[in-house]
Amino acid sequence: MAEAEVYPYIPNSVPEVKQKMLDTIGIESVEEIYKEIPDHLRLKRRLNTPGPIRSEYALKRHCEELLEAGADCKRYIGFLGGGVYHHHVPSVVTTIMERDEFLTSYVGDAFADHGKWQAQFEYASCMAELLEMDMVNTPTYDWGMAAATAIRMAGRITGRDEALYAGSIGPERLSCMKNYAWSAVPAFTEVAFDEKTGLVDLADLKAKLSDKAAVFYFETPSFLGTIETQCAEIAKLVHDAGAQVAVGADPMSLGVLEAPGVWGADIAVGDVQPLGVPMQCGGGTGGYVATQDEPKYTGELPSLLFGVTPTIVDGEYGFGEVFFERTSYASREKAKDFLGTMAQLHGIGAGVYLSLMGPQGMVEIGEGIMQRSAYLAKELGALPGVTAPKLSGPFFQEFVVDFGGTGKTVAEINKALLERKIFGGKDLSTMCPDLGQSALYCVTEVHTKGDLDTLVGALKEIL
Amino acid sequence: MKKLGLIVNPIAGMGGKCGLKGTDGIEILERARKLGAEPEAPDRATAALRRIVPLKDDVEIVTVSGDMGESEARALSFEPTVIYTTDHSTTTSEDTRRAAKAMAAAGVDLILFAGGDGTARDIFSAVGDGPICLGIPAGCKIHSGVYGINPRTAGELAAMYLQDKIFDTAHAEVMDIDEDAFRAGRVSAELFGYLTVPRDPVRVQGGKAGRAQKDEHALDAIAFYLMDNMEPETVYILGTGSTLFGIKQRLGVEGTLLGVDVTRGRELIGKDVTERQILDLLGPEGGDKAKIVVTVIGGQGYIFGRGNQQLSPRVIERVGRENIIVVAAKAKIAALGGKPLLVDTGSEEINEELSGYMRVVTGYSEQIAVRVAS
Amino acid sequence: MGIVKVRKNYHQARWDEPMIMEMSTPGVRGIIPPEPEAEIVDAVGDVAGALPEGTRRKSPPALPEVDQKRVLSHFLHLSQETLGSNLCADLSQGTCTMKYNPRINEDLANDPHFAYMHPWQDDETMQGILHMYWTFEQILKEVSGMDRFTLQPGGGAHAVFTAASIIRAYHRDRGELEQRDEVVTTMFSHPCDAASPHTAGFKIVTLMPKEDGYPDLDALKAVVGPHTAAVHITNPEDTGIYNPIIDQFVEVVHDAGGVCYNDQANGNVLLGIARTRDAGFDLCHFNVHKTFGTPHGGSGPGTGAMGCRDEFAKYLPYPTVEKDEKTGKYYLDYDRPESIGKIKGFLGSAGVVLRAYAWAVMMGPDGLRETAEMSALNNNYFLKMLEKVPDVYYPYAEGHRRLEEARCSWIKLTEKTGVGTDDILRRVGDFGLQHYWSSHHPWVVPEPMTLEPCETFSIEDLEEYAQVLEIIAKEAYDDPEMVKNAPHKCAVHKRAAEEELDDPDKWATTWKAYQRKHGKK
Repeated sequence: MAEAEVYPYIPNSVPEVKQKMLDTIGIESVEEIYKEIPDHLRLKRRLNTPGPIRSEYALKRHCEELLEAGADCKRYIGFLGGGVYHHHVPSVVTTIMERDEFLTSYVGDAFADHGKWQAQFEYASCMAELLEMDMVNTPTYDWGMAAATAIRMAGRITGRDEALYAGSIGPERLSCMKNYAWSAVPAFTEVAFDEKTGLVDLADLKAKLSDKAAVFYFETPSFLGTIETQCAEIAKLVHDAGAQVAVGADPMSLGVLEAPGVWGADIAVGDVQPLGVPMQCGGGTGGYVATQDEPKYTGELPSLLFGVTPTIVDGEYGFGEVFFERTSYASREKAKDFLGTMAQLHGIGAGVYLSLMGPQGMVEIGEGIMQRSAYLAKELGALPGVTAPKLSGPFFQEFVVDFGGTGKTVAEINKALLERKIFGGKDLSTMCPDLGQSALYCVTEVHTKGDLDTLVGALKEIL
Repeated sequence: MKKLGLIVNPIAGMGGKCGLKGTDGIEILERARKLGAEPEAPDRATAALRRIVPLKDDVEIVTVSGDMGESEARALSFEPTVIYTTDHSTTTSEDTRRAAKAMAAAGVDLILFAGGDGTARDIFSAVGDGPICLGIPAGCKIHSGVYGINPRTAGELAAMYLQDKIFDTAHAEVMDIDEDAFRAGRVSAELFGYLTVPRDPVRVQGGKAGRAQKDEHALDAIAFYLMDNMEPETVYILGTGSTLFGIKQRLGVEGTLLGVDVTRGRELIGKDVTERQILDLLGPEGGDKAKIVVTVIGGQGYIFGRGNQQLSPRVIERVGRENIIVVAAKAKIAALGGKPLLVDTGSEEINEELSGYMRVVTGYSEQIAVRVAS
Repeated sequence: MGIVKVRKNYHQARWDEPMIMEMSTPGVRGIIPPEPEAEIVDAVGDVAGALPEGTRRKSPPALPEVDQKRVLSHFLHLSQETLGSNLCADLSQGTCTMKYNPRINEDLANDPHFAYMHPWQDDETMQGILHMYWTFEQILKEVSGMDRFTLQPGGGAHAVFTAASIIRAYHRDRGELEQRDEVVTTMFSHPCDAASPHTAGFKIVTLMPKEDGYPDLDALKAVVGPHTAAVHITNPEDTGIYNPIIDQFVEVVHDAGGVCYNDQANGNVLLGIARTRDAGFDLCHFNVHKTFGTPHGGSGPGTGAMGCRDEFAKYLPYPTVEKDEKTGKYYLDYDRPESIGKIKGFLGSAGVVLRAYAWAVMMGPDGLRETAEMSALNNNYFLKMLEKVPDVYYPYAEGHRRLEEARCSWIKLTEKTGVGTDDILRRVGDFGLQHYWSSHHPWVVPEPMTLEPCETFSIEDLEEYAQVLEIIAKEAYDDPEMVKNAPHKCAVHKRAAEEELDDPDKWATTWKAYQRKHGKK
């Protein structure tokens, strides 16, 4: 190793400092520390890894060039959704999420990190209003993990081991749920959705509900974009069978759609990414899990819960962990969940977002998204051979477009769109083969009429 | 107005500095005095009592005459009620017992006593686990779990309890060693019983470290595990101590705190049994399958031979090593810091057989492997 | 050497900040979302209004109504009441590796070309980020000796869970899953090495250390057998002690038919020094947000990069990132029939991978080794500094050096003064330093303090922290009450009603619940 290398991130790499440290410790070289590792387990050659890129500027150029070579939903017009959504990220949210105080904090206690605890509490409080539920976790990794958590919670609460789920939920989320729930709720049974409307098939639900079912999980809007209009009926059916109602809900829809807590959901889950977190190639996710404030739910929520509590100074808000130890309430430890580093920063961002948007903002953005997506569906539906929306139920933000009548595959169409700097909707032909040559299109508040018309114009050329 | 009972064993701890290992018995005390021992317990009691001074107007101190409490209280300007007077014609031990009885009868909210293991034993023998008690460590032997870690902490805990800032109580072990054996170099701590003490609130800390698991939650998990794995035809010999008592309660078995109880499945077939009775219940070799469930007694790590001598070598032999289930809260095993679990059954052979590694059940499908030594 | 400043006059910002909900005035707006164009509205009308009864929300959510400036100030205030690791000598959250999180990597993560990238874009348009994924995987392979990595798990515990799922699939395919239902770990391994396999359905057997603090090989031999699915071990353990016979541990488990997993949460000190594969391990993970310099984000997003030998690679979550050697192009491989499936959506925390890539290529091979060596040197220098602090000692493995961290004990001080480690750590906050981490429960080392002064910290930082501990230890003798009532100069004071946090009638984790339970409006 070149002796004189000094690294900006390693202050003591200066040779004189290093020598002083060695002298103080009373050793000749760092090898005297490493002799704790047996010789035959030591790596006796230089690592073969890329770099170094010593200057910050060179690193910046290198990385920027790599990223610039591709494309993104800012330079192109994008219609991809399916769990990660392109929404406007307010500048205030970016500013707060980039503060080193929040960004580089970790597990500090509620004194020196008081602000983080309050921000987390306010995030949970805003989500609670949106969902009409009392308790919201510190975000877990993402929606899939949140849904998986709901399944395990329901298993513990009911002591049953079968999960029913609607056929219209996200396939990757389902995979995540099955893998995570395996040891607690091993049996997964699909409940059909109506192929015409996209709504849950209540007759099939009734037929499959039994005293084995711990939970019925469905999504509204569903993975296919459909808004479930039978939520209260579903909740009643499921509750009558002694099972729990778990719902996946995009928080962005809750300015216009009724809150899960109102129509009778027991556990609500979803992703906070739409609320002010950039897509980041799918890395912007954070899974919320919400329940009512009853010990049987609180006892099962695998998350740190930040509670407001008095301090020794009158009128001061302090925070602490609520009901930290949750092994009671008849839970067998065999079904417990692990905790770890998850997605707290994205929760803080979502809290700032909801504080900015306020009630009116959430109503307006939801209404606008529905209008834009309805407009695009209508325009696409008018194209020859194209059925849009394929499902007749109401939809929010996303809808299925069936290109079956065009004689072209979605792959062909998307390739042609890409040449025109458009990311077409997600090709469902492999993910949901029953839907044939269909694509899932997503429209949000970032799309102008011009963007939508550009797509329609491009498709007219292609088809 | 809360009532605080205060008992100071003024001679506690005097043997320690002269290497006498305790002052149980008048002769030893005389030797200690001749060796120049000064009383330390009064100072230690005062250090604890200082924490109660801010509550002076809300707490009435009920105590023993002279240096058994009255003078310490007066030194801090309390105006104590003397409930029992000693003229020093009796031994301190007798005084302690009589005073504790009088305080229990007067309905004090808390008995705060300064002393060592012998003092704790005296209090226990007088009042059992009825009134709430708390020890100020002042003796040279402190094996019992009824003491604060130092006088100040004991005083703080007492003050919090008297102000209703904490409500939780717990059973704490009263242990003592045979002083004659101890002086001869043999340590043999015995479990004498349990006093009810205010429980130090779990220290709360945020973030990654979380909080310490509460005993009752550990017991829930262990009891669930046993419950789910109990065989209805197997005979279970349930050992002594508060952990096992908690488990007996959770299993719905009306067992005893200090005794060994026997069940078939979850049905009680022998309560507070002797070795003989256990062997009778077990029947002949090759008869019913049996399991022993025991926990770790005291801080030293004993699983056999302390407070459960009913589980004799013959009983252990009949049941077999593989059918011994050791249960304990994780914290108890962790506190051993790598030291082994101990057995002292009275039979070298059985001790030898029990040595090696055992799995301690610490939760639902969670075990810790610990070395056992004799 | 620069100045060593003990910040006796420090005071954290204390804004006495109200809740954002209390700042609300009806009608006030913070931001206006874009309206759809009139033509759109004319074409489709009030779409939401046409929703059936019960589906349309009846009243808008009761979110705060606060103007933009006050929202910004409020959260800036809260940020000032938070002590991120980039702000202070945060060398004290042992096992967390709180290294400097370079600003340049934040700029890169906020690059619109990345921030606006959707994970389902055509592979062709994502070559840059895929290059970073692929290259970072090669770096991880090189430092560990493993054959493949997945970068999808969202943190260390999640990586351990992913590994347990893979081990489950491995034993299932060999027809031994029913039989192999136990995972063995050690007391000084990370608790997730027990918790995550437990969640995956395994029974857990934990080994106590020997009296000298080293892992107990005889204990391992006594517990492994035909029921052993795997051993999950952190090495060096959380005590900073390296297990010198780690390869013998692996051999014993392999001989019994079990799988060996190495939790490398403490792997910072081993970069370029020793590789887990060489000790025989089958699987491992690195906490990318620790070892590779990415921010912890309050507690995520992070990444647990999980690696394995070839034999286990077919089970990795899909998609994997592959490189077509002919074209040099990268692509995502979703066609992995034996994969355990998804454990996290899409590609995992892509922003964390981007930052880690940037960090690793900036350091280069010598920089990675320098990182390891300086973390060992810093730790041993810091332990030397701690000799000045009354009553602190680090039990076990006497005469042996700790690698990158050490678990110390304050028990001697506690016995003498009644001041415990939880009091001392709160007091640390009064000097502009993040409190230190005690230890996971249960405490094996009594009144513990776990410190990890990784390579990021200067000699001045180390001296500052040691001096602060020395001051507090003295305060514990002179004025224990003051220490026990700490903090005094942090954003808030000590809590006054701990028991309410466990009381269902009192606790409140949202404003909604607080208003209901405490009658506050």
